[in-house]
Amino acid sequence: MSSSKYETVIGLEVHVELRTHSKIFCGCSTEFGAPPNTHTCPICLGHPGVLPVLNKQAVEYAIKAAMAINCEIADVSKFDRKNYFYPDSPKAYQISQYDQPIGQNGWIDIEVDGKTKRIGITRLHLEEDAGKLTHIDGGYASLVDFNRVGTPLVEIVSEPEISSPEEARAYLEKLRAIMQYCEVSDVKMEEGSMRCDANISIRPFGQKEFGTRAELKNMNSFRGVLKGLEYEEYRQAEILDDGGVVVQETRRWDEAQGKTLSMRGKEEAHDYRYFPDPDLVKVYIDQEWKDRIQATIPELPDARKERYTTEYGLPSYDAEVITSSKPIADLFEDSLKYTKDAKSVSNWIMGELLGYLNSSNLEFSEVKLTGHGLGEMIGLIEKGTISTKIAKTVFKEMLESGKLPQQIVEEKGLVQISDEGAIKSIVEQVVAANPQSVEDYRAGKQKAIGFLVGQVMKESRGKANPAIVNKLLEEVLAQ
Amino acid sequence: MMSITNQDVQHVAKLARLNLSAEEEQMFTEQLNAILQYAEKLNELDTDGIEPTTHVLPVSNVMREDVERESLPIEKVMANAPEEEDGQFKVPAVLE
Repeated sequence: MSSSKYETVIGLEVHVELRTHSKIFCGCSTEFGAPPNTHTCPICLGHPGVLPVLNKQAVEYAIKAAMAINCEIADVSKFDRKNYFYPDSPKAYQISQYDQPIGQNGWIDIEVDGKTKRIGITRLHLEEDAGKLTHIDGGYASLVDFNRVGTPLVEIVSEPEISSPEEARAYLEKLRAIMQYCEVSDVKMEEGSMRCDANISIRPFGQKEFGTRAELKNMNSFRGVLKGLEYEEYRQAEILDDGGVVVQETRRWDEAQGKTLSMRGKEEAHDYRYFPDPDLVKVYIDQEWKDRIQATIPELPDARKERYTTEYGLPSYDAEVITSSKPIADLFEDSLKYTKDAKSVSNWIMGELLGYLNSSNLEFSEVKLTGHGLGEMIGLIEKGTISTKIAKTVFKEMLESGKLPQQIVEEKGLVQISDEGAIKSIVEQVVAANPQSVEDYRAGKQKAIGFLVGQVMKESRGKANPAIVNKLLEEVLAQ
Repeated sequence: MMSITNQDVQHVAKLARLNLSAEEEQMFTEQLNAILQYAEKLNELDTDGIEPTTHVLPVSNVMREDVERESLPIEKVMANAPEEEDGQFKVPAVLE
């Protein structure tokens, strides 16, 4: 931010696609990536005279999601038409929820710089997704694919209680983790099954009224959200610093240019003329139904994190990182069926695994590592069968092939040499070949031993047990 | 009593992407007012304490199971497309 005179106010609207098999109001498949318009029918194409019928599973996922973010669940919920003209919507309205959403008044806790902050959630409602437009002919025409129309979505609206781009990212990551734990969505930002719009404004510290906000769209990754909001904070501060006025408008984050660009002035505020959808009847959610769904909510990220610190003694930071992704948290727990060393499992996950995923730009689902493999590998290190250095080779092989460590070690002949006799002969060889280092060491240069250890490891091609190498070297040098 | 002005008609026409002539605008303003006036009769009823309804039928919780059904063949999907390209509807670009 160009100046610290201002306070930032951010509210996020997050859309999460629910992982139903069929669409919210018809039986068309919700599968991602099918040829254009092959998952459409008269209902989702908005042909006249058709009757939408609500998908029960979508309602249950929405209730589950709302419960997981601590919302009050409506006793009566209904659907409304949100009217607007845009080619991504074949009916010229979207079926959404206006005044009786599934959930209201929820919250989630986020952690930024080691501090926990509670962010309020205004509401969660259920609605249908729109189609996909591809602009062609130099922007003069668009192609419309209606496959996505009618995919069930929940829209989660936060209170304007997010005070920085970092908090926005933490909020989004926590929301993703919760939805992932609940198994209501596959929450992939790259595939658009989780999308985020933001309202952002700034105001001088101490001012009560909100500043004029910009609505920010097209931030398609966690990084995009962070960068887009940072840019917008800066842009608005520059305007105010120059004595200007921020215009209320919708802006698009342009990843390539690293800027937000104006999409259109809101010269006429949106007038969606919501009214109850006469095709859809009310949904009564009784206590028995609520209880049944409540019982399906699994242990959520915050609870798991807490348990990892108390039960396994993990540092809070490790627990936070590991529990922010359900499959990785599951890997952690699976590993502990094969080893008791939780901190070691955590170190391998946080260092080698996340490092590998980052540098190769892969998702965890794309590697073949199992908890069985990781746990067993740590056991082999403990037993001295392999060194930590060799384990890194084994680990990489496990990521790629999914083989168990014992097999990898045998196939590749990676077993650590712990046989003192074998190591001693290498040690003697190295000592004989490096008289200068030996002399330095004996003259009091303790560091010289490091070089000699290195030489022994090199001679053994990394297989010598380092603890034994050290012990034997000291013995030989002391002679 | 509530009444509709020419501005209301212009606003709604704009939202509905309709181009109305001045005469049409006047005509619709009068017609819409006549309709509202007719519906005004309903206000004679005492509805205190009655929950607003959105449906005339006493039906609720109509839902289907999450089961996939076959979609339309692409030829039928495209049958009403004004223009088509690569199995998609081709429309004039709407710049947002």
